[in-house]
Amino acid sequence: MIKPLIQGLMLTLKHFLSPSKVVTMQYPDEKWTPYPRFRGLHELQRDEDGKEKCVACGLCSTVCPSECINLVGSEDNNGNRYAETYEIDMFRCIFCGYCEEVCPEEAIFLRQDYELATENVNDRIYNKEKLLVPLKKKAKKRAKKKSK
Amino acid sequence: MSNAIIYAILSTIKIGIVIGVLLLVIAYLIWVERKVMAHMQVRMGPMRVGWHGLLQPIADGLKLITKEDIIPANASKILFIASPAIAMVPALLSIAVIPFGDTISIMGVSIDMVITDVNIGVLFILAVSSVGVYGILLGGWSSNNKYSLLGGLRSSAQMISYELSMGLSLIGVIMMTESLSLVDTVNAQADLWFVVLQPVAFVVYAISAIAETNRCPFDLPEAETELVSGFHTEYSSMKFALFFMAEYANIITVSAVGVTFFFGGWRGPFLPPVVWFLIKMAMCIFFFVWLRSTFPRFRIDQLMQFAWKILLPVAIANVLITGLVMSFL
Repeated sequence: MIKPLIQGLMLTLKHFLSPSKVVTMQYPDEKWTPYPRFRGLHELQRDEDGKEKCVACGLCSTVCPSECINLVGSEDNNGNRYAETYEIDMFRCIFCGYCEEVCPEEAIFLRQDYELATENVNDRIYNKEKLLVPLKKKAKKRAKKKSK
Repeated sequence: MSNAIIYAILSTIKIGIVIGVLLLVIAYLIWVERKVMAHMQVRMGPMRVGWHGLLQPIADGLKLITKEDIIPANASKILFIASPAIAMVPALLSIAVIPFGDTISIMGVSIDMVITDVNIGVLFILAVSSVGVYGILLGGWSSNNKYSLLGGLRSSAQMISYELSMGLSLIGVIMMTESLSLVDTVNAQADLWFVVLQPVAFVVYAISAIAETNRCPFDLPEAETELVSGFHTEYSSMKFALFFMAEYANIITVSAVGVTFFFGGWRGPFLPPVVWFLIKMAMCIFFFVWLRSTFPRFRIDQLMQFAWKILLPVAIANVLITGLVMSFL
């Protein structure tokens, strides 16, 4: 009866005497790096010219199980379809990744960012400006040349 | 006349220092416990307030002071307010008779390093520590809450059961010193600690001391899984803090008594007596925390069976054997 008690005491003492081996993370100071296939904040992609890949087919909003994607399609002067508004409600999103899977244009990906907490209720809606990947400098130049 | 005045002033100073140190130690005991327990459970514990959370007790205190002080509508108001104090005061009182150092003389005045050397010190400690039960029982009863009442009942049952074996375990030592004064007890251990001469008494004392202070694995009065948080469920703000501090004051008291009775009190080589006393006490307190982070809680029937069927007979047998050995040797 005494032996298991002493074994337990020795185990806790062993852990106490090696204080550097802790399993917890000091979160705001040290941050967790997600695995490559982690599903975090969405990112809308651009092609090489810096144009949005999304053609507003609406498959993502159809497949979305929590119905958090809201998009309105439109056509530009050349007859190419694009999304006029593209909003994701982050309160509803369950980060299942179906939108990424279903997208025929590979326009939306779920990336690594997981710190989505907000103090303002209205911040839950992520619009196109927030979701679109920022333009690279080269792509910007190319886009300018093309428009000329 | 002048002697009386000097005595009064010296006593007041001693009381002030001891109470001050005690309250400071209680505050930091909470930090130490959280830290030690965290590392035993492979965690870090408080890290954000100050270096490794060193200012955490101050932050906790400030938080508790600013909390709303709630008295339930159907509570027995006077008892509800009084019981935290009833729990706290006995815990601080019993430290009065514990010697924490040798007699020193400053400017021709010899000062005993004990607040008062009562010739019935042991009796005083046992009597005063029993009063602490009232705080918990009345606190649980006056809250007008079933969980609190159950917690209070459990604690009174538990403390009465374990007080018997605690008293009997000390009787073995008292028989050997032939004095109830704690100063004499320490002096009797100049050559050999009583933990060597009375190992059974020490084990019985250690177990019943943990049960007396309502600590894990005997923390049934505040069993979170069954009773929300037991007798202090309805308490908030500084009233809760007083109960919390009373628990830690009790730990310090039983550690101090244990050190005095079984580990030679302030006696030790090289270092000054007060330092030895504090080191020994720190070891005892560490043992308390160690037990808490290792063992799960007893069941209430197991607890009672253990107290009455195992611990009490062992304590009585120890007294009997000590008596026999002493009368025939």
